[in-house]
Amino acid sequence: MSQQFGEAIVVSDLVVRRRGRTVVDGVNFSARSGEICCLLGPNGAGKTTTIETLEGYLRPDSGNVTVLGLDPVRERAQLALRLGVALQEGGTYPQMSPTRALRLFASYYPSPAEPDELISLLGLSEVAHVPAKRLSGGQRRRLALSLALVGRPRVVLLDEPTAGVDPEGRLAVRAVLERLRSEGVCVLLTTHELEEAERLADRVVLLVAGRVVASGAPEELGGGAEEIRFGAAAGLDLDSLSSRLEAVVTEERTGEYRVARAPEPAAIATLTAWLAERDVVLGELRAGRRRLEEVFLDLITRHEDTEHPA
Amino acid sequence: MSARGLRAQTVEEVRMTLEQGERLLLTFLIPLAGLVLFSEAPIISTGTASRVNFFAPSALCLAILSTAMVNLAIATGFERSWGVLKRLGSTPMRPATLLAAKAAAVLVVELAQVVVLGAVALGLGWRPHAAAAGAVVAAALLASVGFAGLGFLMAGTLRAEATLAVANGLYVLFLGISGIMFPLARLGGFATVSRLLPVTALGNAFHQALGHGSAVSPESWWVLAAWAVAAPCVAAWRFRFSS
Repeated sequence: MSQQFGEAIVVSDLVVRRRGRTVVDGVNFSARSGEICCLLGPNGAGKTTTIETLEGYLRPDSGNVTVLGLDPVRERAQLALRLGVALQEGGTYPQMSPTRALRLFASYYPSPAEPDELISLLGLSEVAHVPAKRLSGGQRRRLALSLALVGRPRVVLLDEPTAGVDPEGRLAVRAVLERLRSEGVCVLLTTHELEEAERLADRVVLLVAGRVVASGAPEELGGGAEEIRFGAAAGLDLDSLSSRLEAVVTEERTGEYRVARAPEPAAIATLTAWLAERDVVLGELRAGRRRLEEVFLDLITRHEDTEHPA
Repeated sequence: MSARGLRAQTVEEVRMTLEQGERLLLTFLIPLAGLVLFSEAPIISTGTASRVNFFAPSALCLAILSTAMVNLAIATGFERSWGVLKRLGSTPMRPATLLAAKAAAVLVVELAQVVVLGAVALGLGWRPHAAAAGAVVAAALLASVGFAGLGFLMAGTLRAEATLAVANGLYVLFLGISGIMFPLARLGGFATVSRLLPVTALGNAFHQALGHGSAVSPESWWVLAAWAVAAPCVAAWRFRFSS
């Protein structure tokens, strides 16, 4: 394990079958202490199954997972002291208020966090004494997150922590996760929301149909390559434009062009000059990295094409 | 897992029973209503001189059934369906500690039931025999273990709604054919089935010990002991923490 020092979560060649179906099919990734890692992917991609294997609820059919160097099933008792978990749904007594639930959960741990502090940190002060069953969906997600943190964990596993959380609550969640990162906690979360992942994550892992199709820092996944995108009349002379810009230009969809070149001012000037010479109206111009959403939609579509060739 | 955790969990388990109306109705109000109504009004003939001397042990028996089986089953079944049991599985609290807290909570609630029902019964003129108090406590504990086994078996295998229905159904069935409220002689063919139920054995033990000051029959001990061993074993074998 010494060569994996610093890796708080290690998933190697993980295969998990549920009810005869292979849900996770050879997944590899890792996450370090002080890092926020987002598991992304469409429904049924295996995100929850992966996280439940790390939580020790499921056993790998083959492959191996460790959390803080421990086996989540065999060394559960040791791991439980340093692990914080928020399930995708449920997990709280509906008749208990946040204060009451946090005090109860605090009693399970040797040196718990202060319940009142967690309540104000997550913006639950106004509902601190309201039974969970009367909280909104977003408030309940934040209660689940606070319960995950009450034991002062070193690793936090959160399944959809921001689902149904309003923008204000989302800011609170984001601030809490960033604080955990600065304290050296490893946070692994699943989400549907790419924008959330892009803003928050140090590392993203994209799962499609039980396999990792991309992983890395969000800025790396943006293709690394910077680009210029613009809209204009269909059927421009790509050869001419390519040679003028000294970069490959493609018409990705009718009237939508991509220039594989960093958007320096000179390149933009050259592009607009070329368009002006031909009296072509510029529709839309966007410079910079591709958004994570574009990269992922692209990857998911490509993956589905290879799975189900037309 | 510390003693602090066990204590906090036990306090919450008791509190959740006592703060919810439908659970209080089940554990306190129904046995109390049965005790007062049947002791005061000549609705059921007990064939004994003092009706309260018959119905006080019966009400205690009903109280134990409602707490150790029905309330435990329903509470645990819903905790399972809400994902609470699953969530507790990733805390440092061990399943054994949760089990201990639930057992302790059952005993605390039963003690409160004995105090309330006992006080009311004494007020109604109940004169229990105290000689066999040890046997009464032993029978109550054995029966509670058997009932809890049945409760956990339902909670850990059925959906919460099904647990609710089955637990309440068994409660009514046990009440009807155990002889604790209605004389067994009228049961006909059901009498044999009835004799093998833990609730009948508990009823007999209570009536023998508290009503007559006599020794509890070996049959009652055997039935209580068999359920106390078998039901928890089957429950432990079949129980699933998440649905």
